Amino acid sequence: MNKVLRSAAEAVALIPDGSTIMCGGFGLCGLPENLIKALHARGTRNLTVISNNPGVDDYGVGMLVKSKQVRKVFASYVGENKEFERQAMAGEIEYTLVPQGTLAERIRAAGAGIGGFFTPTGYGTIVAEGKETRVIDGRNCVFELPLHADFALVKAFKGDTRGNLVYRKTARNFNPVMATAAKITLAEVEHLVEPGALDPDAVVTPGIYVAHLFQGAAYEKRIERRTVRQLQAV
Amino acid sequence: MDKRERIVTRVARELRDGDYVNLGIGMPTMVANHVPAGVDITLHSENGMLGVGPYPLESEIDPDLVNAGKEIVTELSGTSYFSSADSFAMVRGGHIDMTVLGALEVDEEGNLANWTVPGKMMKGMGGAMDLVAGAKRVIVAMEHTTKDGGHKIVKTCALPLTGTNVVHMIVTELAVIDVTPKGLVLREIASDTTLDAVKKATGATLHVDGEPGRF
Repeated sequence: MNKVLRSAAEAVALIPDGSTIMCGGFGLCGLPENLIKALHARGTRNLTVISNNPGVDDYGVGMLVKSKQVRKVFASYVGENKEFERQAMAGEIEYTLVPQGTLAERIRAAGAGIGGFFTPTGYGTIVAEGKETRVIDGRNCVFELPLHADFALVKAFKGDTRGNLVYRKTARNFNPVMATAAKITLAEVEHLVEPGALDPDAVVTPGIYVAHLFQGAAYEKRIERRTVRQLQAV
Repeated sequence: MDKRERIVTRVARELRDGDYVNLGIGMPTMVANHVPAGVDITLHSENGMLGVGPYPLESEIDPDLVNAGKEIVTELSGTSYFSSADSFAMVRGGHIDMTVLGALEVDEEGNLANWTVPGKMMKGMGGAMDLVAGAKRVIVAMEHTTKDGGHKIVKTCALPLTGTNVVHMIVTELAVIDVTPKGLVLREIASDTTLDAVKKATGATLHVDGEPGRF
């Protein structure tokens, strides 16, 4: 078994035009930035992207939007990106808004082999339009289907060569659940380590979910809102 | 006192020791600065964190540590991290004691509209629909009327909804209102306003049980 690839370029070469890809990250935090940049460089087209946000104009999934590589987006929030907005208003890109928790659970359901679920989220709103509803334990619920992908692009802090992954702080977000829900999961890690170097009790994504991984380079980790406080004078 | 300070200070008095609380983006975030003495709460951030700390010093900035508003924050002793799926299981499963959100409109049945307006591009609801459907208590913190004096507390919401029958309490700079099965019940009015002024600023029926309290 060899899951380790040399580079992001080698990983994205597996992704054909027209693929549905999941992309981890929340805003710009915990993004598989090497994979996105490599996908941008390769010019893979006609992609459907499932990601909490489509990035900003020139970073994250926004890079792929700007270069017109994306046909359709599933996200919970698509603000903070003028070019996405322009393409959406012009009908050049399709998008479906999914409540954030429903998005996470639809992905989880896909990875766990669940054929859908009833949730109170979105009942009585446009999200429920055209969907089956049912009263469960006295609450109105909406039926939601699992959400699968061909590829999941995830970012972890450390990974061993068997594909076991650990994450760091809120850079975890959608990465572990997306890792379970695609036919092929491609993981980039800040530190690639030998088996035994990770505490087995601390592994968040077991290697069974990861097809290929590589050590990412030159992490930019761009900050969306640089909020700081001043040291108070005593 | 500034309107927003007054609103968040009053909302903070609803916090109970031990509560797990999710504060929405914008004004609701300011509630964290007014937690009453002796009340120990844990802040939940839906991107996967319990125990959200203050903004960092310049020297403490960590790009892997953000809140749901994508602002850089810090961790506290006792902080925990988890995935988005676990985070929303927590929300949907009724484990979050209280959420505080802003609103464009709230109506007599506790319906809430706070994510989009017709004629503009829909940018998304983020986690708001999950939070209002799942939190044990949903408090709306908002200015009583629009900038032009238009009603935000209405008989029936006209804007696209975030959730139906979800709001428990509305706190504005003028009033504290409970949403009950019989409709909106006025509990308190601001110390510098009158019952008539509050009624005039409200586009829904306000039930009044005796003399409302002051805040």
